Amino acid sequence: MKMKISGATNDSASQWLQSLFAKHKARSRRITAAVLLVRMAILVFFVGLWEQAGRSKWIDPLLFSYPSRIVNLIADMVRDGSIWPHVGMTAGETALGFVLGTALGTLIAALLWWFPFVSRVLDPYLVVLNSMPKVALGPIFIVALGPGFMSIVVTTLSVTVIITTLNIYNQFREVEGGFVKVVRLFGASRLQTFRYVIIPASFPVIISTLKVNVGLSWVGVIVGEFLVAKLGLGYLIIYGFQVFNFTLVLSSLVIIALVATVMYQLVAMLERRLTGGRRER
Amino acid sequence: MPEQEKLRLRNVSHVYVNDSGASLAVESLDLTIAQGEFVSLVGPSGCGKTTVLHLIAGLLQPTRGEVNMDGKRVTGPSTAVGYMLQQDYLFPWRSIGDNAAIGLEINGKLNAASRQRVGRLLEELELGGTAQRYPHELSGGMRQRVALARTLATEPDIMLLDEPFSALDMHIKLQLEDLVWSTIRGRGQTAVLVTHDLAEAAAMSDRIIVLGRNPGRIRLDLDVPDSLRAILPMEARRHPAFQPLFEQLWAQLDGDTVDVNGNGEESVEGGIRHEDEN
Repeated sequence: MKMKISGATNDSASQWLQSLFAKHKARSRRITAAVLLVRMAILVFFVGLWEQAGRSKWIDPLLFSYPSRIVNLIADMVRDGSIWPHVGMTAGETALGFVLGTALGTLIAALLWWFPFVSRVLDPYLVVLNSMPKVALGPIFIVALGPGFMSIVVTTLSVTVIITTLNIYNQFREVEGGFVKVVRLFGASRLQTFRYVIIPASFPVIISTLKVNVGLSWVGVIVGEFLVAKLGLGYLIIYGFQVFNFTLVLSSLVIIALVATVMYQLVAMLERRLTGGRRER
Repeated sequence: MPEQEKLRLRNVSHVYVNDSGASLAVESLDLTIAQGEFVSLVGPSGCGKTTVLHLIAGLLQPTRGEVNMDGKRVTGPSTAVGYMLQQDYLFPWRSIGDNAAIGLEINGKLNAASRQRVGRLLEELELGGTAQRYPHELSGGMRQRVALARTLATEPDIMLLDEPFSALDMHIKLQLEDLVWSTIRGRGQTAVLVTHDLAEAAAMSDRIIVLGRNPGRIRLDLDVPDSLRAILPMEARRHPAFQPLFEQLWAQLDGDTVDVNGNGEESVEGGIRHEDEN
């Protein structure tokens, strides 16, 4: 049957398929464009509304400021360079927080996996620690470590480490038993099982935990800065609040949003890089 | 055939113990397998087939009795025994070449020469050119052949086959039976195949052992006619001696399959899995 299909039929069939594909492409381009348009419209509408409301005193500009003031303030701080130490300090603390938090959490998870007895003993403690709001420990860290960089980083770690430990330990335990069996049948030691199976099988989860920890670290850092800092975006918010400069508070928020987004995207890029070759999983 | 003893199970019993109780999976099993013999274990699910294989591999220690290989007691897994699982369990993060070489790597025997041997092994199994590719790029049949290469790479004397064809499409399964059979024959390896497929057992083996269920005991120990042993599984399936053998096995199992209730079996299997996860 197939042999009898003539060249002409084949050509018209492929033309038909191509035209269907072209239609599909045109349609998906139109949808993408519409999404972009609506997105921009929402942004312009709300920023415009805020600006108008502030200028016309529908809302109190002293409390709520408005976009052009915020943009001007940010531009000034960028021009005279006064913003960079704050951004640098906060971004550094955050980066240290999520990298250390993920590393430490993974390490503890490895210990729990290695010593099941320890894992059973610690289980209720981990549950309690995970349930409580860790930033509430901030004052204790300040008393113990002094009001400064260290207590901010430790506050951040307290937010990230426990949840990282629990997530990664669960992942370790959920690694497909068949994979473990394969290496055990070759006589693998516990360390080899960990190295050849548990870690690589959990790698995507570890990296995505890193991504989650970016967000959590921001919480820890900003709260830490609220409590003790002399420098940083969290400090700027508290300072602006104390001197009743809400334009400064809102400008800091805008900068936090920008820096946090950039940081998240960088880690997401890293994730794609590191796990690119394993689309199947 | 000169009967040189390769494997011997002496009065082996195995009990799975967990929080829900203790269950006897294998009871007082005596079994001798000669060098170069291809033995199939068949029986209803829950009869302890896989447990027997785990005991031979050294993944489990018998609760009572002992397992000897070449006259020495088996105390743990070793590279002298190759084990093929029901699924391929290829590591998705390793290339095909690295997957096939994992056993060598674990045993510190990976070098230029052994890597080359793995390359030749892949070619022999019609997987030439796939060494740099990743498991998700391969079909199910190809993946199971990589698993075979991985098992053969450490050059084991004994091949344990734990239903390695059951997850495959029919025609791929038949092709792979031929390939595995010729590979094992060509190397003069001793093989133990666990299967619930009676036709597969009849087509591949020299000897078929039927186990009864709960706990596993030998119900029948049957020699396959020479005319079937000498030919490829695919040809054996078409041989006149095949159907009578199949029916003989079927008759043995028929009584069992009637009173099968899936539950008792599940608990034993669950016990096995639980054991492995620790």
